Amino acid sequence: MTASRTASRRIAASILPALLAAGLAGAAGAQTIYVSNEKDNSLSIIDGKTMAVTDTIKVGKRPRGITLSKDGSQLFICASDDHAVQVLDLASKKVIHNLPSGEDPEQFALSPDGKSLFIANEDSNIVTVVDVPSRKVAFQVDVGVEPEGMDVSPDGRWGVNTSETTSMVHWIDMEKRAVVDNTLVGPRPRYAQFTRDGAQLWVSSEIGGTVSVVDSATHKVQKVIDFRIKGVSKDRIQPVGVKLTDDGRYAFVALGPANHVAVVDAKTYEVKDYLLVGRRVWQLALTPDQKTLYTTNGVSGDVSVIDIDSLTVTKSIKVGRYPWGVAVKG
Amino acid sequence: MIQRRLPFLFRTVSRTALAIMLVAVAPAAHAAQEIRIGLLSQTPEPPASVADPDVPANDDGLAGAMLAITDNNTTGKFLSQSFLLDPVTVAPDGDAAVALRELAGRGARFIVIDAPGATVEALARLPEAANLLLLNATAPDDSLRGASCATNLLHVAPSRAMLADALGQYLVKKRWSRWFLVTGRRPEDKLYAEAVRRAAKRFGAQIVAEKEWTADSDVNRTAEAEIPVFTQTKGYDVLVVADEVGEFGDYLSYRTADPRPVAGTQGLVPTVWHRTHEQWGAAQLQSRFKAAAKRQMTPRDHNDWTAVRVIGEAAARSHQADPDRLIAAIQAPDFTMSAFRGAPLSLRAWDGQLRQPVLLAADRSVVSVSPQDGFLHPRTELDTLGYDQPETPCKTRGKKTP
Repeated sequence: MTASRTASRRIAASILPALLAAGLAGAAGAQTIYVSNEKDNSLSIIDGKTMAVTDTIKVGKRPRGITLSKDGSQLFICASDDHAVQVLDLASKKVIHNLPSGEDPEQFALSPDGKSLFIANEDSNIVTVVDVPSRKVAFQVDVGVEPEGMDVSPDGRWGVNTSETTSMVHWIDMEKRAVVDNTLVGPRPRYAQFTRDGAQLWVSSEIGGTVSVVDSATHKVQKVIDFRIKGVSKDRIQPVGVKLTDDGRYAFVALGPANHVAVVDAKTYEVKDYLLVGRRVWQLALTPDQKTLYTTNGVSGDVSVIDIDSLTVTKSIKVGRYPWGVAVKG
Repeated sequence: MIQRRLPFLFRTVSRTALAIMLVAVAPAAHAAQEIRIGLLSQTPEPPASVADPDVPANDDGLAGAMLAITDNNTTGKFLSQSFLLDPVTVAPDGDAAVALRELAGRGARFIVIDAPGATVEALARLPEAANLLLLNATAPDDSLRGASCATNLLHVAPSRAMLADALGQYLVKKRWSRWFLVTGRRPEDKLYAEAVRRAAKRFGAQIVAEKEWTADSDVNRTAEAEIPVFTQTKGYDVLVVADEVGEFGDYLSYRTADPRPVAGTQGLVPTVWHRTHEQWGAAQLQSRFKAAAKRQMTPRDHNDWTAVRVIGEAAARSHQADPDRLIAAIQAPDFTMSAFRGAPLSLRAWDGQLRQPVLLAADRSVVSVSPQDGFLHPRTELDTLGYDQPETPCKTRGKKTP
């Protein structure tokens, strides 16, 4: 109780000068956090200013990955058990239509131009690329067993997918519309994210307990980052979500049942700290101003709020059952 | 006597024929890419007196191995590796050695054995098996990991000691530490009971009473009268039953003289797999299996899947299709594999056993997963299950560091 009160005071204290300086009342307060609850078939909406859940809306079955459209007016939701990607209009909070998605969509990534959605179809070993404006499948490619992590390079040239049982990164050439190369990484790769300049791809390996940093030019692993937490057995350190700050300073890694988020120096690859969050921490999202990181904690059913300046966990917010995906609208 | 499972496996068999032709034409070039895995299955005939309400599917076990071959090939296509399953079924009274020679003769260096412990032991001792790698997929006998261990033999299924330890940890954690042990009449029941006694000793539980089930009436008709009398024992928390074949264990729940839970081979069961298991990505394997086999995955399917996947995972990790190098890669100290139960699986060098978490399952739900929190081990908590390095009776593998 005391901790969270202190925390909100600290947040208020850090937000206030920023507001005054910018002279834009409510700029930070306008942030909205969206969280998909895998076992409630719902979406929790959190007000970034009050840090309270303001609404819970019903969505499709087993919602997992979520991502915002480029203009921020819509939210794409992987409704895995409905075998659809739902498009939620954020103003009306209504699902306006579905995109074709292939079977069991789990995670996806939007191309930099916002036009192509890359969807991992976990049950059918396929990546489906959907043309968003026409709502049609542009093409599908075969990948390894249990495709999961997805990202698109900032220049739009590469779509990457990680397959969990195959333990590879598949490099999809957007022009050729085909997998042209594969990089073997640690067992059960869950999540992939390009650095802002596109030079590296960071990939978490849940069962390997590592994060691989892959050189985008050569497609070779250039660094493997290990994690060790005192009092937590190695088996329980299972990296899932990864988020890199735009300034290239930090990488945050959600360590699953180890209940910690690792703070990695993105330049030296040194692990600087482990922050205790809720149970089975899964996915992460940064605010556009890069000041706050939100984590979904599946087993404890909450979201932890991390202040990036001080690298402290400032609050936890109760959401639905098994929160999975998280996205922040700035 | 050997029967090929023709109808179900038509595609595999015809591919086998093709492979033989190719080997005959250009053996060296072909062997470089293809990894051939033999599956030797033998299902003992259940005793006539036992009524099993869940009739096992004809492809129980085999369907798991086939899915694993598909999984291996999906990965293999990115690495120019291909995997071929050569399944052979041996009749309950058939000669498994003939089947093994047949599989080896067709070029398999990896043989997954889905058969009773006695068959596994006999096969491992054959001179023809010396340069093969045998993967015991299903036999839980501790003796195979102990006095009868062999350098050419790995164990995919957890041993009885691991199963009993997995259950024992949970019961002790629940503070149900006074056990009433009921053992069936068969030799394997005695071995299961022995593992339960060992678990009690390791984790500080007490066996306050023991009885042997010897009734020869039709238990289905007499249970309601017999079991309340049979279970009149005071001062226990949980009835632990050792009845592997399922002769009477299912009749104990709700009939004991005192209201007590049943665990062991029936009731709360330690197992590798359960149809309701969905954590750690298991939901994906369940649905993939269901789509392929048109039924739910059983523990036997899962064991066979794991055995074939061990070979595929090591081949992908090491970029090796050469059998000798692949055999070494599987047994390399850093080999790990994901199998949808949380912690990574790896091999114990001292007895060839695959380390693994064990599910504790009721009829329609997974109750818990062992090792339980608080049972600590300096290497990995998985080594709190079964025979640890200092205790292993295995001599031929040596007390190697894992």
